[in-house]
Amino acid sequence: MADIEIASLGKLFAGTPALQDITTRFEDGEFIALLGPSGCGKTTLLRLLAGFEMPSSGRLSIGGRDMATATTMVPPEDRNIGFVFQSYALWPHMSVRRNVSYPLEIRKLTKPEIADRTEAALAATGLTAYADRMPSDLSGGQRQRVALARCLVSDPDAVLLDEPLANLDVALRASMQTVFTDFHKRTGATMVYVTHDQAEAMAMADRIAVMDQGRIQQFDTPQTLYERPKNRFVAEFVGRGTVVPVNAVEHRESQLHADVLGTRIAIRSDATTGISHVCLRPENLSISETGDLRAKVARVTYLGGKYLLETVSACGTRLLAETRAKFEVGTQLGLTITTPWAFSED
Amino acid sequence: MSPTLQKGGSRSETRLLSTILLLAICLTLAPVLRLLIEGVTDQGAPSLSRIDTVLAQPATLSALRHSLITAGLGTLVSLVLGSAFAFLVALTDLRAKAALVFCLMIPMMIPPQITALSWTQIMGPSSVLLKTLGIAPPLGAPQPLYSPEGIIFLLGIQHMSIVFLTLRAGLRAIPQDVVEAARISGARGLRTWWQVIMPLTLPSLAAGTAITFVTALGNFGIPAMLGIPAGYVTLPTLVYQKLAGMGTGVLAEVSVLAMLIGAVAVTGILIQRFFQSRQKIHLVGSTSRPLAIPLGAARLPVEALLWAVVFAILVLPMFGLLATSLVPAYGVPLRLDTVTLASWNDVLFRQPVTARAFVNSFSLASGAAVVLMLICLPLAWLMERHPTRLSRLFDSLLDLPYALPGVVLSISMILLLIKLPFTDATLYGTIWIIFLAYLARFFAVMFRPVQASLKQLDPAMAEAAQSVGAGLFQRLRDVILPLSAPAAAAGAILVFLTAFNELTVSALLWSSGTETLGVVIFNLDDSGDTAMASALAMTIVLVVMALMGLIQLVSRRFPKGVVPWQT
Ligand SMILES: Nc1ncnc2c1ncn2[C@@H]1O[C@H](COP(=O)(O)OP(=O)(O)O)[C@@H](O)[C@H]1O
Ligand SMILES: [Mg+2]
Repeated sequence: MADIEIASLGKLFAGTPALQDITTRFEDGEFIALLGPSGCGKTTLLRLLAGFEMPSSGRLSIGGRDMATATTMVPPEDRNIGFVFQSYALWPHMSVRRNVSYPLEIRKLTKPEIADRTEAALAATGLTAYADRMPSDLSGGQRQRVALARCLVSDPDAVLLDEPLANLDVALRASMQTVFTDFHKRTGATMVYVTHDQAEAMAMADRIAVMDQGRIQQFDTPQTLYERPKNRFVAEFVGRGTVVPVNAVEHRESQLHADVLGTRIAIRSDATTGISHVCLRPENLSISETGDLRAKVARVTYLGGKYLLETVSACGTRLLAETRAKFEVGTQLGLTITTPWAFSED
Repeated sequence: MSPTLQKGGSRSETRLLSTILLLAICLTLAPVLRLLIEGVTDQGAPSLSRIDTVLAQPATLSALRHSLITAGLGTLVSLVLGSAFAFLVALTDLRAKAALVFCLMIPMMIPPQITALSWTQIMGPSSVLLKTLGIAPPLGAPQPLYSPEGIIFLLGIQHMSIVFLTLRAGLRAIPQDVVEAARISGARGLRTWWQVIMPLTLPSLAAGTAITFVTALGNFGIPAMLGIPAGYVTLPTLVYQKLAGMGTGVLAEVSVLAMLIGAVAVTGILIQRFFQSRQKIHLVGSTSRPLAIPLGAARLPVEALLWAVVFAILVLPMFGLLATSLVPAYGVPLRLDTVTLASWNDVLFRQPVTARAFVNSFSLASGAAVVLMLICLPLAWLMERHPTRLSRLFDSLLDLPYALPGVVLSISMILLLIKLPFTDATLYGTIWIIFLAYLARFFAVMFRPVQASLKQLDPAMAEAAQSVGAGLFQRLRDVILPLSAPAAAAGAILVFLTAFNELTVSALLWSSGTETLGVVIFNLDDSGDTAMASALAMTIVLVVMALMGLIQLVSRRFPKGVVPWQT
């Protein structure tokens, strides 16, 4: 069990920064998700944690042990960390059982001990019946479970997972998510889970680090990320919504007011100065005949039980609203904005 | 577990890489470098005077001319034969392609001196086969193969597989939809051919032609067996004659000759590289099915023709060889009452020199295969994982000892090992000089298949082992070795196959007691024991075909690009 402490970590590939100035802390036993668009540096950060890459600057310690700086590092084989690869990376020449027991052979445990712990890991992942198969004779979900069992068996301090569900179909993903959360509950290991799918991150993680262009943009609980985004990137990347500029912000009777799309409304924020934008989520927009903001329905999408309306306001801004009633494309609506979240963006 | 802080990403890996890389560079590139130094110095001082003297000799110039003529025209023959086969096999719906490809590979795997020997057995006045059939030319008629034309023809046959393989690989990379797109746009028949298929295949055709020329230029077995009796000397045979006649006293002189051959060869290699890189640009990312143009009613006649050609160039000479090996004395026709296994018995069980040669060739070939496997496996993996400037340079040069003509390498080895530094010891005349020459020459034969298979290996395989605590040697032993074992095995068999038959290198390096099989066949034929030479050659052909068959049988388990005749 271990906490992970990252200080000013940076990584250059041939002079181009892939990660810049990452400073953060993952608590012992936490389930962390690294979320961000493709190419933002998630894999790079994970590989730095594992020790497959060496940082260009900064330092990293796991469980109080210094693991890496720009000049020295503990090699991956000495870190006691589990890694689940997107490609599973099962050894095709070893049976399922040997794949799982190999980490214990490396640790030179006794034969009976290896057998016991291997069986336990296979049972915990529901693989007992497949123990003597070769990896090529397994389905995608089963392979993923072997990869998980292989990293569970050696009782690692932390488990790192790089988009482990990306190669599976939608139905399997849902059931594998439960496998991961169960695994996390049972082992209590610190888990760092890389994904570009926000639903996956929201469903599993205690905290999510949203990354873009090699930096962590915001690191918070799923709820905070959704309700109180720190900047435009996070607001637009997490959940549905539109970011619009605000004017004439004033602080009155411990309440913030501002002009948004030509109407004066109350807003919320944790910043007091420099507020420049608000994020309008469907929850912030209600439809009423008397609404100050006039908009025309441009597209209607059925979400099951409710409709998502894509509307265009008189000033040309795209706004998203949700209703239970169906509207026809072209209908004129009135919208009322209620206390959206505001932030400063340069 | 006590954590050890290390300098650098994975110090144990980079350290091992430097060690093995250094060893490999000494093995493969040091001889070539040594030759270069010898050529441009005179008694230790830089000088080009020696080059001038040797180049001014008429013998040098005529050998150079002969080499260029035979290699050039021989390449033309290979080009015609090889490309005809490649176009038909790669682009049409011929049946039994695998068998055809396998048969077309055999000429390349049969050593040139055996090719020459077998063809002389089906031509000329003393051919046992022709005598048996009663169609032999009268005694005293010349052996038509003892001529420049004979050399050109056999060089052409020997190397047609090279053109065939490179061109076929290029053709197979042309995706079907490229041609279909041309058809949709209205191009038909020959127009698709000239405007789509030909431009796309020209780079591979040019690359194949260049490397065929280099190989033909370096060929020793064919011009030695056919040219020396006719007094027609090429550069490799000139080097051989000088060294055999006058010993190491002429070393300086033959070094210049070797450099001359090397220079021509390097030009060819550079041309080949140039076209190979162009080909990659063309065909990036093509994944759809390869072409299969239906031949319709012409299919059966075309198939019959192709198999007839295979019969003529492969089976017929082997019959000649077999017939000669079964008569009691060279020139006697083969009849039921003359057939005898005496030559086989003699050469396989009675002659001490052949027994010795079998032992020598077997130990050299298997030793080279094992040592090269031990070096190439970790080296290829580490070079893939930690490319450095030096390792990339080595990657681009490591084919040199194999691509350069064998005489060039032999002379380089003699220069390097005739007097070991800091001692009076010499390896010249011992079996070790042949062994080291084989390691240099066949390095690429082992390295390339292993490298091809490791390139396809998911790096996460090794990283997964690393993350569960496996150290460098555990990773090599438990993950890398088993996963690349098929490729390493294929490479080892190929090294064994080529080294077992090799003549060019050992012809210049052997001495009494260190004869190889190639040398023995050459000497038996030279001294007129043609029946015994034929029996020995037949034995070797059978061993070659058995080993090739073995590779073919297990080839489905190899990753792509490992078996040279399967693309
Ligand atoms: N080994 C490498 N060499 C060079 N550039 C790399 C390497 N690995 C990653 N990069 C670059 O670093 C950036 C971040 O990559 P990565 O961490 O893989 O992104 P993600 O996993 O978020 O999609 C990308 O621009 C990528 O091209
Ligand atoms: Mg990634």
